[in-house]
Amino acid sequence: MLSSTIGYYSLILGLCSSIIIFYFSIINYQDKILDIKIFYFTFFQLFFVIISFLSLVLSFIYSDFSNETVFNNSHTTKPLFYKISGTWGNHEGSLLLWQLVLTLFIFIFLFKSNNQSKQYRILTLLFQEIIIIGFFIFIIKTSNPFNYIFPIPKQGLGLNPILQDPLLAIHPPILYVGYVGSSIIFSSVLAATILNIISRDWASHLKKWILVTWFFLSLGILFGSIWAYYELGWGGFWFWDPVENVSLMPWLTLTALLHCVLVLEKKIVLTSWVVILSIMTFTLSMCGTFLVRSGILNSVHSFANDPERGLYILIFLFSLIFLSIFIFFFFHKQNIKNYSSFFWLSKETSILINNWFMMYFLSVVLIGTIYPIFLEVISSQKISVGPPFYHKLIIPFLFPFLLAMAIGPNLKWIKSNLENKVNLILFFVLSIFVSSFILKNSDQKFLINTFLLSSAFYLFFISIRDLFTKKLKNFSQNIAHFGFSLLILSILLNNIFSTEIIFNLKESESFEYNGNKIIFNEIIQNNQKNYVSIIGNFTIENFDGKIDNFKPELRIYNQPNIVTSEADIKTSFLSDKFMVMNLVQNQEYFNVRYQVKPFMIWIWSSVVLICLGALIGFFKKKNEK
Amino acid sequence: MNYFKIIFFFFILLNSNELKADNEDLKNQITKNLRCLICQGQSVYDSDSEFANSLKVTVEEKLNDGFSEEQIYLFLKDKYGQWILYDPELNINTYILWLLPILLFLIGGAIIFKSFIFTKK
Amino acid sequence: MVFLKKKMRSKFFLFIIILIFIIIFLIFYKGLTNYSIYTPKINIENDIPVFSANIFDSDLQVSSKELFDPKKSYLLNIWSSWCVPCRDEHALLMDLSKDEKVNLIGLNYKDRLNNAKNYLNELGNPYSKILVDETGTIAIEWGAFGVPETFLIYENKVIKKYIGPLNQQFLIEIKSLIK
Repeated sequence: MLSSTIGYYSLILGLCSSIIIFYFSIINYQDKILDIKIFYFTFFQLFFVIISFLSLVLSFIYSDFSNETVFNNSHTTKPLFYKISGTWGNHEGSLLLWQLVLTLFIFIFLFKSNNQSKQYRILTLLFQEIIIIGFFIFIIKTSNPFNYIFPIPKQGLGLNPILQDPLLAIHPPILYVGYVGSSIIFSSVLAATILNIISRDWASHLKKWILVTWFFLSLGILFGSIWAYYELGWGGFWFWDPVENVSLMPWLTLTALLHCVLVLEKKIVLTSWVVILSIMTFTLSMCGTFLVRSGILNSVHSFANDPERGLYILIFLFSLIFLSIFIFFFFHKQNIKNYSSFFWLSKETSILINNWFMMYFLSVVLIGTIYPIFLEVISSQKISVGPPFYHKLIIPFLFPFLLAMAIGPNLKWIKSNLENKVNLILFFVLSIFVSSFILKNSDQKFLINTFLLSSAFYLFFISIRDLFTKKLKNFSQNIAHFGFSLLILSILLNNIFSTEIIFNLKESESFEYNGNKIIFNEIIQNNQKNYVSIIGNFTIENFDGKIDNFKPELRIYNQPNIVTSEADIKTSFLSDKFMVMNLVQNQEYFNVRYQVKPFMIWIWSSVVLICLGALIGFFKKKNEK
Repeated sequence: MNYFKIIFFFFILLNSNELKADNEDLKNQITKNLRCLICQGQSVYDSDSEFANSLKVTVEEKLNDGFSEEQIYLFLKDKYGQWILYDPELNINTYILWLLPILLFLIGGAIIFKSFIFTKK
Repeated sequence: MVFLKKKMRSKFFLFIIILIFIIIFLIFYKGLTNYSIYTPKINIENDIPVFSANIFDSDLQVSSKELFDPKKSYLLNIWSSWCVPCRDEHALLMDLSKDEKVNLIGLNYKDRLNNAKNYLNELGNPYSKILVDETGTIAIEWGAFGVPETFLIYENKVIKKYIGPLNQQFLIEIKSLIK
């Protein structure tokens, strides 16, 4: 109980610190030196949020059910690790996490921006404080993690076993560092626009922040997908679910922003893009928060369904949007010579084309996610926008996009004659041959798959070539692009060559297909601490003689009353073998699903490579020309 | 350049039509496009709920009765509303949904193209 | 002159963009306040489906045409022995079965004969006729999601549909709707 009190008053003190910071910043704005008091209070602000957050963690660890949030989301029999991670697995706690990242980032920013102009730092601080104060009020008024309930219940409600998973536990903090961290990009870009200090040095400074945020955002999305694949039991890793889309959209703008900033580092072009993309990234983050927490969308992982909270976020979000629009229109100095300073065949153009395609992909995801809401409000019709929509609109555009991505980095700045034309064309022909060869025996959709696979292979070969010929020059770029090509390639090959068999089987029966035999040996039932475990023991005699043993499990929990299915997945370098077993109501047989999914591990590894590229870019020392 | 892209896009779109497969594949294809209405965000193909299983049997029966894919969708839309289909069909309600992204793509392309024309002078 | 035109153009863009965002805001605002659970066509009168089904505990088959007389009121109730909320509404169904103005027809959903028989023996049989839906396909013909669901039928049209177990309030509503 004490920790709830401490937590609550810490929040209030944090809010006070923010208001004090705001006040001192305005007073200090014209002075030459940054007031040391501002540093102190930024530290206090962070300190109080940390204390508040830790208080909530403690409440969870000690199962303090006098705290309403703990009561709703925890249980005494939960393992310690999951008690702790339960802190941020709910609406109120995750907002504390938001606040933690917001305050942490501005604190680090103040320290790391010593070489920037003082007014810029204060202005960035001011914008960030607007966001922080807004969230403090939101938390304290509508989403207080420290509400008391009386009488104190003996046991909590929160024992959903699906949520007790290590990956799911660390997915929010990592994702939030990226997602919420884009706030600092938002604030600093607004400040830079007002002060008109958009320069090459400033771009280098901004680039570091973009790389950090991008790194964590990519990693966060990766963990979410891996969790879905291993835990949700049907072998997919991306469902175009609204919450997934909402994390993808800032990633798209952030990626485009990263490329623009890399250009801006070299010359003053694409400045409007940098400003607009920065604003869009954080705006999309907030928009995502709105969509997920207000109940306006339904999806697998909506948090709270509370229109009052939704209304607050909506007004807050649009205030920020209108603020940014005004600042952009009234302060941004258009560089009129923007496009005349480079030739159409140049690296700048390829970045422009990259932006063009990214914005298209963004619009597909955004419109697909939001359109059902609009339609329902305007005409009371409810439609679903699912994977077919996204696939039909995105896949055709991948082909030119991948080609541009292969050729682009090979162009020179300002003007390029496209050297090594023969080399590039040869690789293209090679890609087509390889794709046709691979797809020879697959009879599905040969034409499209060949096009797509060729362009993926093309990017793949070119990036490998770049890795070896360019050695350490642009190493981060080459690794990241190589990782991306591997990602698309693995996803395509996985899609084309995955196989799945669904059948019903009783104990001691067997099922044959394509020369493989699946034998349902026996059922092993035993009682665990909070569930009854039913394990199906299967042997698969493959057509090539190999024998695999699978043990998919069913868990029947009584608190809450649900049945979960734990797939047995055998991961190897080349493919994953995936078996799930399901109860059929009222029958003696089980429904069994067996999938062979090639290249899964390459999909995960490729994203790791991309993140590695970001990491290398972050630590790279600036080269003197 | 823009025209080539449009033609190319439609070429791809037309080629991505469903293939005439045997009933099992067709059933899988259909059920992947159906939303399991009592689950949260799963297709009928992926789900193991009672509703999803019944729907799978229904689809299979209808296919055996000679229903085409379109007719099955029509049947289910009549019972459950447009919401049960994951693929938003192109009708008066969804023109904006399908065409707006493409429109934006073309507008973006036109803007970029124009800025280069201006600089040639 | 060119400079003025440029300034007007950017003011114009600003205006358009602000307008677009205001519209988006209003739509989201309306969407929030409109929030309701989606139930498809729950208020529209639909014709009852055409189907045929086996009769409970027998080899006989019956068609929907034979079952439903357009001049009478029926209540089709989807139930199973393994469905927990069905037990909650059973007492209300027994109550309704005493009303002569409405005919109770049961649809036994994805159940086993013995379990269903035991269920009825234990709780009583309110149904004048029971149909069997082993695979759940008949429930889908009715546009149902699962168990329990109840359909009020008159003149071969579905007047009202109840998703989930019946309660007192629904009972009163049904009684007032029966002509």
